[in-house]
Amino acid sequence: MLEQFVKGLNKTRGAFKSRLEGLFTRSEISPDFFEELEEILISADVGLGTTLEIIELFRERLKEEKIKLRDEAQDILKALLVEMMEGEAASGLVSAPSPPTVCLVVGVNGVGKTTAIAKMAHLLKNEGREVLLAAGDTFRAAAIEQLEEWAKTVGADLVKHQAGGDPSAVMYDALNAAVARKVDYLICDTAGRLHTKANLLEEIKKNYRVLGRALEGSPHEVLLVLDATTGHNGIAQARYFQEAVPISGIILTKLDGTARGGVVIAVKQQTGIPVKMVGVGEKKEDLEYFDPHKFVEALFL
Amino acid sequence: MLNLLWKADHKRGVYPGEHDARVLNLLFKGLSEKLQDTFQKLKRKGRLTEKDVELALREVRLALLEADVNYKVVKDFTSALKERAAGAEVLESLTPAQQVIKIVNEELVRMMGEKQSKLAPVDNPPRFIMMVGLQGSGKTTSAAKMAHYLKKHGHKPLLVAADIYRPAAIDQLQTLGRDAGVAVFSGGKEDPEEIAGRAAKLAEKEGHDYVILDTAGRLHIDEALMEELHRLRQKVKPLEILLVVDAMTGQDAVNVAQSFHERLGLTGIVLTKLDGDTRGGAALSVKAVTGCPIKFAGLGERLDSLEPFHPDRMASRILGMGDVLSLIDKAQSVVDEKKSREMEKKLRSQTITLEDFLEQLQQVRQMGPLDELIQMIPGAQKAGKQLKNLSLDESQLNQVEAIINSMTREERQKPEIINSSRRKRIAMGSGTTVQDVNKLLKQFEQMKKVFKQFGAMDKGKAKKMGKMFPFH
Repeated sequence: MLEQFVKGLNKTRGAFKSRLEGLFTRSEISPDFFEELEEILISADVGLGTTLEIIELFRERLKEEKIKLRDEAQDILKALLVEMMEGEAASGLVSAPSPPTVCLVVGVNGVGKTTAIAKMAHLLKNEGREVLLAAGDTFRAAAIEQLEEWAKTVGADLVKHQAGGDPSAVMYDALNAAVARKVDYLICDTAGRLHTKANLLEEIKKNYRVLGRALEGSPHEVLLVLDATTGHNGIAQARYFQEAVPISGIILTKLDGTARGGVVIAVKQQTGIPVKMVGVGEKKEDLEYFDPHKFVEALFL
Repeated sequence: MLNLLWKADHKRGVYPGEHDARVLNLLFKGLSEKLQDTFQKLKRKGRLTEKDVELALREVRLALLEADVNYKVVKDFTSALKERAAGAEVLESLTPAQQVIKIVNEELVRMMGEKQSKLAPVDNPPRFIMMVGLQGSGKTTSAAKMAHYLKKHGHKPLLVAADIYRPAAIDQLQTLGRDAGVAVFSGGKEDPEEIAGRAAKLAEKEGHDYVILDTAGRLHIDEALMEELHRLRQKVKPLEILLVVDAMTGQDAVNVAQSFHERLGLTGIVLTKLDGDTRGGAALSVKAVTGCPIKFAGLGERLDSLEPFHPDRMASRILGMGDVLSLIDKAQSVVDEKKSREMEKKLRSQTITLEDFLEQLQQVRQMGPLDELIQMIPGAQKAGKQLKNLSLDESQLNQVEAIINSMTREERQKPEIINSSRRKRIAMGSGTTVQDVNKLLKQFEQMKKVFKQFGAMDKGKAKKMGKMFPFH
C-alpha cells in the first residue's frame, strides 16, 4: 500500500523537488524566500487566502523559535501543515454502534465517485468487512452498469433499480437489505451534480432524510469526493454541499497525476471537513486512508 | 424567471428592470471594486505614480490567481500589462480604476483569442474528431453533445466508442447517442486502432461527414496510454484533436495541456462544466500554454448545452464580471422581436392578459433550465443567498402553467370574471388548490400595477431592458 502511494507521488516529484531544494538551502531567510514559498503553495492549489494565512503563521513560528536559516525552517513548515490537516476528527471511517455503517457519497460530476466507491468496497472487504453497494446514480447514462461491473470486480453485492428511478428508493431498499443481510457497510453512490444546482442539492437532502428515517443515526458518513486537480472551486463545492448535508469527510481522488490537491488545506481551514481517504491510481487497490504526514511530504516532494 | 425575480421584489416596490441594475452592481464587486478602493486611497495624495499602478496590478494578479489562472501565466500577463498600465492613459485619467479594468480586459481578450473559433470544415469526408483528456473531464458527454450540435447544423456525424477501459463507458455513449438521434459505432473491447479503422469504413459507406472518436480518459504522465493515443492519431489522421478540460481545474491545467499538446499536437480545446460557479481561469492557462483556441463550452447537463466558445465573454468571467452577453444571446434566440414589441405596447396600455403571460412564461422556459440561466447573470454567484430566496423551482412554473391552461379563453382575457366557482373548477382542472389560483390571480393583478409605473418610464431605457428579458 505504501509503495503505491510513493509510486504515485514519484510521478509528481519532478520540477517541484528541485524548487523546494532551492528554497530550503543553508542560507539566510530573506523576503524572496516567502515569495518563493507563496508560489509553491499556490501552484499546489492551496489557494490564495490560505496560502497567505499559512505564510503568516509560518513567519510567527520562525520568529518565536528564532530561526534564521532556511534549511531549519523546513521542519517548522511541515509541522505547521500537518497540524492544520490533522484536527480532532479521526481520519479513519466512523463505524456505527451496530452494523450496518451507512456511507453516502456525493460530489460534482467527473470527480470519480463511482470508482472511489468501488475501491472503498475493496479496501473494507480486505479488512474482513461485508459490504453492500447501492446504485444511487440513476441519472447518468450507464452509471448503474459502471458500478455493477466494479461490484463484480471487487466481489461486493449491489442493490439497483432501473435507470431514471428514484435514488432515495434505491437507498431505502439497499438499507433494508443491508440490515437483513447484516452487512458491515452500506455505501450509496449518487449522481454527480454541480453544487450550484439548488434542486439537485435538494435531492441529496432527501436521500439523507430517507436514510435517517429508515435507520436511526444513518448515514453515519457523508463523504464528499474532491478531484485533486480542482482549483479554488473545491472550496465552493465543500461549502455548498455542507450547507445541504453534514459532510463528515473528503475522499481526495486523482492524486496520482501531477496535481497535489492542495485545495483540501483550504477546505479544512474554512469548513473544518477532514480528508479521510485518498485515491492514488486506477486499480481497485489504489485507495487508502489519509495520512497528513504523507500528504504534506507529497506537497513538498 | 422574471416573474420570480419580480415576486421577490414587488414588496419593496421595485420594478423588474431595476433588478438588472442591482445585479450589475454586484458584478463589479470583485476586481473592479478592489481597484476602485486602491485608487480611491491613492487619489487623496494627488498625482498617481508608477508605484501606485503597481499596487493596482497586484490586485489584478490576486484576482487572476483566485480565478485559478496558472501563476506563471499570471506573471507573464501582469508584466506585459505593466507597461500599458503605467502609461499616460491611466496616470492622467480621472477614472484610473476603470482604465485599468479596460486595459486588463482588452489584454485578456487578446490572450484568449479575439474571434470565435469554429470546427474545421470537412474537405474529404469522413474526417475524425478525436476527443482526449483526463478522466472525468467530460469527454463522453461532450462527444455526444457535439454530435447533437453537428446534427442540428445539418451534418451527419458518427459517434465512435473507443474508451475500452472504463467500465460501461461504451454503454454510456450508446445511451447518449440514442438520445441525440446519432449513430454510434462500438467495436466492443478490441484495440482502439481496430475500432477506429472499422468506424472509418462504416462512415464512408453510410455517408457520415464527421466521425467523433471518444477516447478513454488518461493521465498525461501515463506513458503507455499516451503512446496509444499517439498511434491512434497516426492511424486516423484527425481533422481535429480536441482536449477536453474541466473548467474547475486548478494550477495543474498547464501541465495537462502542455503534455497532451506536445504529444499529439492539439487543434482545440473543449471547456466543460462552465455552468457551475468557477471563474474558469484554467481557460486562460490552457490557451496560453498551447496556443490552441477554445472551440466549445459545456454549459449544462442537457444534450443541447454545448455552445461555441466566446473568448471575450470568458475574459469577463475570469475577472468576475459574469456572462451577461451569453444571457442576452439566449434571450434573443427565443424571443420574437415583433411579438416583444406587441407585448411592450400591451404592457404600456395595460391590456396584457393571462394568455400573454403564459406565452411569455413559455418563452423564458425555452431558454433552458432556470438555474442555468441564473448562473449567467453577473454576480449571481455572489448574490447566491438572495437568489436562493427566489426558489428557482421549475415545479412552481409548472403549476402556473397548469393553472392558466385550465382556464377558458374568456377567463384568460378577462380574469376579473373568475368567481369562486370558476376558481374551484380551475383548481380541480390544474390539480392545484383554490389558494394557488388566488395567489396567481393576485400576483397577476399586482404585476399589472407594477407595469403601470413601468409604462411611465423613459422609453429608451425600457427598450434596452426589453432586450435583456423577454418579459416586461
